[in-house]
Amino acid sequence: MIKRSVFSSRTLPYLLILPQILVTLTFFYWPAVQGLIQSVMRSDPFGQHSTFIWFSNFTALFTDPLYLKSIGITIFFSASVATVSISIGLFIATMANRALKAKAVVRTMLIWPYAVAPAISGILWLFLLHPSYGVVALAIKRWFGVDWNPVLRGSDAMFMIVMASAWKQISYNFVFFIAGLQAIPKSLIEAAAIDGASPFRRFRTITLPLLSPTLFFVTVMNIIYSFFETFGVVHMMTQGGPGGATNILVYKVYQDGFIGLNMGGSAAQSIVLMSLIIGVTVLQFKYVEKKVQYTG
Amino acid sequence: MKVRKLLMIIAVAASLVFLAGQVMAEPITINWWHAMKGARGKVVDNMIKVFNDSQSDYVVVGTYKGNYDETVNAGVAAYRARKQPHLLQSFEVGTQTMMLSGAIYPVYKLMKDEGYNINWKGYLQPVLSYYMNANGDLMSMPFNSSTPVMYYNVDLFKKAGIPMLDKTTPVTWDELGKITAKLVKSGVPGGMVTGWQSWTQVENYSAIHNIAFASKANGYEGLDCELLINNPTVVKHVAMLKKWMKDGRFFYGGQKFAGPKAEFLAQNAGVYGIAAFMKHLGRQDMQIYWHKNTGYFPITLAAYEQLKKDGYYKEQPYQEVGIKQLTRKEPTKVSRGLRLGYFIQIRNIINEELELVWNDTKTPQEAMDNAVKRSNQQLREFEKIYK
Repeated sequence: MIKRSVFSSRTLPYLLILPQILVTLTFFYWPAVQGLIQSVMRSDPFGQHSTFIWFSNFTALFTDPLYLKSIGITIFFSASVATVSISIGLFIATMANRALKAKAVVRTMLIWPYAVAPAISGILWLFLLHPSYGVVALAIKRWFGVDWNPVLRGSDAMFMIVMASAWKQISYNFVFFIAGLQAIPKSLIEAAAIDGASPFRRFRTITLPLLSPTLFFVTVMNIIYSFFETFGVVHMMTQGGPGGATNILVYKVYQDGFIGLNMGGSAAQSIVLMSLIIGVTVLQFKYVEKKVQYTG
Repeated sequence: MKVRKLLMIIAVAASLVFLAGQVMAEPITINWWHAMKGARGKVVDNMIKVFNDSQSDYVVVGTYKGNYDETVNAGVAAYRARKQPHLLQSFEVGTQTMMLSGAIYPVYKLMKDEGYNINWKGYLQPVLSYYMNANGDLMSMPFNSSTPVMYYNVDLFKKAGIPMLDKTTPVTWDELGKITAKLVKSGVPGGMVTGWQSWTQVENYSAIHNIAFASKANGYEGLDCELLINNPTVVKHVAMLKKWMKDGRFFYGGQKFAGPKAEFLAQNAGVYGIAAFMKHLGRQDMQIYWHKNTGYFPITLAAYEQLKKDGYYKEQPYQEVGIKQLTRKEPTKVSRGLRLGYFIQIRNIINEELELVWNDTKTPQEAMDNAVKRSNQQLREFEKIYK
């Protein structure tokens, strides 16, 4: 049963949640409402000339081939980041779970990259992959003759930001996967082993199904991450280029709003993103929260 | 060449500022938000210090707010929150937005209202003309003005057996093509490189060839202007660079387009102080100090003449190259500057489309046509704001 705390005073509970409410109102609802208003206006940056234009900003957005292209880029980018970071994260977690020596050290080392901010991750990878001063870029050019140029070629740039974004997310996924793996009863796996199931079969028929709630949760979190938190990576590495090839939705909001000072258009883009994240969150609450019980 | 990058605009909040609480004896603070960091930031601090030490009524406080984009953004956000600085440094692509904003106090008016009779003829005209309105009144104060200059590697020239360039005659693009071809032949991996490609290869290229960048005198004469950069001359130039790229004479190293410039926002509080400070910045010794330490233009002719007289350019001949380049022709209606709404986006569009030429996605003609089409949409959107 759920424990209930009973307050004798009627006002005290409200008083206790007041700070949180105030923070949420100030830093979420207030800007969100401002964004909503801005998204149905056409205005100059200083707010001196504003016209109410209904949903023109939105129709303009969805008829703009560049915005649609940016949606496509974002989906591709997100899917790539999620795939790379989940598969590598899962692989490493499976390995680390079996490691016998120095378990704690190995795990701590693997979790470290998560503490790196996306912008710093971007810079680190740039030092490796920039065509003019990147160590790895210069090496593969000299030794393997690979024509690597993310400044010019969109696919190279995309690969670069996917790597930089996925790298630190691998650690995050690793943490959840290792926790999920440890929750799987050893007896099940041992029984299967005695019955002669190969390690791969054990993984596929026992580990993976029992890990599926974690997998689902991690997928949702990775998508949210790659949609919204990779701004720093893109800003540091490609600035949306070359030729708009890495201009993901979040970066476009920044470019149009903060650099280009097109307030209405950029607010409309933010509203679209906000709806998206609300959708994902609802999804997460509906399914993930329920299934999490499974593992317990 | 017509295109300088830096300027400042004076702007005054439409809102009234209450000075009621202020004690008369206390100096009035004037906030200046700028984008000058590092060595340039120190030069700015020194100029402010000289002003503050010279009188006791006003104290100018300079604050570094990030790059130009970030500084303008900080100004916009602060204006909306009614906490704007008195002076804001902005950059040339934001000129149109600033002028139409209603948030600025035009420089010519400020100086006149505060009783400063400035002889604007004593300034470098190609610098001023970028920041004048259609009537020839100065809207913002040029501050850190610059023009692109090409540098070449003397050692590599010697190695390739190329004679040093003549110090008085400009090199044409055709000649540059021959020079870079020799360089590449001698084993240099790349002939030339440029940053800020929209600024140098399209904007300045058009200005020096006296080709209109946009209709309506580059936008000076109306918001209903359209881009004209898909003209045969510009397309030919892009096609030439593309050809050079193929044989290694040109290579693309990225955008890095954060163009320098400055605009100033001001509040009613202490406008006299702002005017005095502006005058201070235009003072001959300040301009000479500024030019010597940053390489930006001295904006007054007097400062320039003094530097010449002092033999400064005999010692530092390269410091004069930009000035000579900028002043070698009188600016015309289509070479004095660009006055476009959403110019930041337009530059981004041009950069993007050029990148698509460099990576073989589009032909020069397709890219320029598309740049014009996309930019015109931006211009129409911008026009609607002020209808």
